[in-house]
Amino acid sequence: MNRKYIAVTGTLMVLVFACSRKLPGDNVQTDAGIFAGFQQPGNFPVPVYHFETNPVTKEGFELGRKLFYEPRLSRNSTISCGSCHIQSSAFTQHGHDVSHGIDDRLGSRNAPPIMNLAWSPLLMWDGGIFDLDLQPVAPITSHEEMDETVANVVSKLQALPQYRVLFKKAFGTEQINTGNLMKALSQFMVMCVSSRAKYDSVMRKEGNAAFTPEEAAGRKLVSEKCGGCHREPLFTDGTFRNNGIGIGANDDQGRFAVTLRPEDRYLFKVPSLRNLAYTAPYMHDGRFYTLEAVLDHYSTGIKDTPNLDPLLPAGGIALTAGERKEILAFLNTLNDRAFITDKRLAEQ
Amino acid sequence: MFLLSGIILLTACSKTPVEPNYDQHALAPLSVEFDNIVGGQKLVLNTGTYTNALGQPYTIQLLQYFISNIQVKKADGTTYAVNPDSSYFLIRQDDPASKFARVKVPEGNYTSLTFTVGVDSLRSTMDISKRTGVLDPGAGGHDGMYWGWNSGYIFFKMEGTAPDAPADPTGQHKFRYHIGGFGGYNAPTINNIKVITVDLTARGMAQVRKDRAANIHLMVDVSKALNGTTNVNFATNPQVMFSDYSMNIANNYATMFVHDHTEN
Repeated sequence: MNRKYIAVTGTLMVLVFACSRKLPGDNVQTDAGIFAGFQQPGNFPVPVYHFETNPVTKEGFELGRKLFYEPRLSRNSTISCGSCHIQSSAFTQHGHDVSHGIDDRLGSRNAPPIMNLAWSPLLMWDGGIFDLDLQPVAPITSHEEMDETVANVVSKLQALPQYRVLFKKAFGTEQINTGNLMKALSQFMVMCVSSRAKYDSVMRKEGNAAFTPEEAAGRKLVSEKCGGCHREPLFTDGTFRNNGIGIGANDDQGRFAVTLRPEDRYLFKVPSLRNLAYTAPYMHDGRFYTLEAVLDHYSTGIKDTPNLDPLLPAGGIALTAGERKEILAFLNTLNDRAFITDKRLAEQ
Repeated sequence: MFLLSGIILLTACSKTPVEPNYDQHALAPLSVEFDNIVGGQKLVLNTGTYTNALGQPYTIQLLQYFISNIQVKKADGTTYAVNPDSSYFLIRQDDPASKFARVKVPEGNYTSLTFTVGVDSLRSTMDISKRTGVLDPGAGGHDGMYWGWNSGYIFFKMEGTAPDAPADPTGQHKFRYHIGGFGGYNAPTINNIKVITVDLTARGMAQVRKDRAANIHLMVDVSKALNGTTNVNFATNPQVMFSDYSMNIANNYATMFVHDHTEN
């Protein structure tokens, strides 16, 4: 009698628990808080990522996060996505000019940040990848990065009961395939939204957030002198340009490799100005280690190479010492400490 | 006059098999066989030795290409396009079963066959969940038919050895031709999609019936990828991948499909 009572009560509790988990907006409170899914920040434009074919769910996001930090994605289980995209460096590989992959192999370009990719129609420095869902194929199969095949990754994960359970929860099937593997990774990556810098608080008029006079002057300068490419609020217009840094030793021709159009020779994607404090070195090949070096480049170092961007004045962008200080003060308001310390985005 | 018409009709009937009613819901099997040869010779991977138009000897170690979007046409002009979800095939020389593209079309007598060599731009940019089977961008590996760095399929891949090719870093004298390019996602780039139409009237139309297995047998002379409007020189072009020169090879191989006969 007593045993039966316990069994019935137990069953009821399981049922109640199962039901309560299904109620929308009534998710169990976790350490990371209520999972709100993808949110468009108030001062951001509409994202370009196709959420209609891959809606972000708690289960999909958490699976994607686990995969992002999963070294089995590499041939010998030594390298994960997080190896070259380190959260504390705004998901870049801080201190490395070019990415440092498997077996100490070096890539030819600087690891770009996993940041605000939901607003990025074309990925990579050359824009060769047009869908975030296709992006992970490149680092997984690249000889210098993970040197693995996607098919092998799928079979390695399929063999692990924990992943079969997680894929079932996220996608309703234990069968892992390229599609759901990539969609889980996308769900994590689109959630890497950097929108909580001081700049954003000021723009959204949160509390009494305000720029100092120096920051406000810097914003005006950045808008006038850099805003043609580094457009607010993402601080990139997503285009490809030759900013006159000169041809690298390996003659990397950037976007030309993807389009084969002569007018695309030496063009690279305009990077965002967000989180610069955490993402040195700068440029597609990581040649500048400090922001001072970057400002030196734009004021006196522009080299006249094929397809130099017409927005750059021939003699460089003249900057006084005071103006440089103001620009750096404003750029500092774009550093998003909440983003690089967000526990939801960290390896669990 | 009536008599004459009658005779013509009778003559026509005696030569043409009875045409079944065209019913798009009564589908029957049809296969297209891609029988790869080299000039007048059988294609034997690794050990067969061949010579290109420039007199340079070579062997073929790997040969594979995508065939897609199969369409058939009747003498009266009626065309039928196979459901795109079942119309992508990877022909692999190392897998004899793969040389048949097996589709279903309405019963009928078909006098013309059209297909694409490569993968159309619509499918090349479709959501990853719609790209399964041979189109799975992850299915590849070293011999994969997909470029991860520049999203898109490799339509035609031919690799082998040629003494005239310069030694690669591993010391081998290899040629590697990886031809792709669907025209670009948002900027126009090279387009190597080739649509091929083969007339079937001279060598036997396909009589597709539910209780039969019609097979359109094509001889595919892969040496034409190297010889034709452009005679490819192994010494100067040992590697051709995503480059303008790839258009020469694609234009060459667009001529390699010849109808030999139809098994009805």
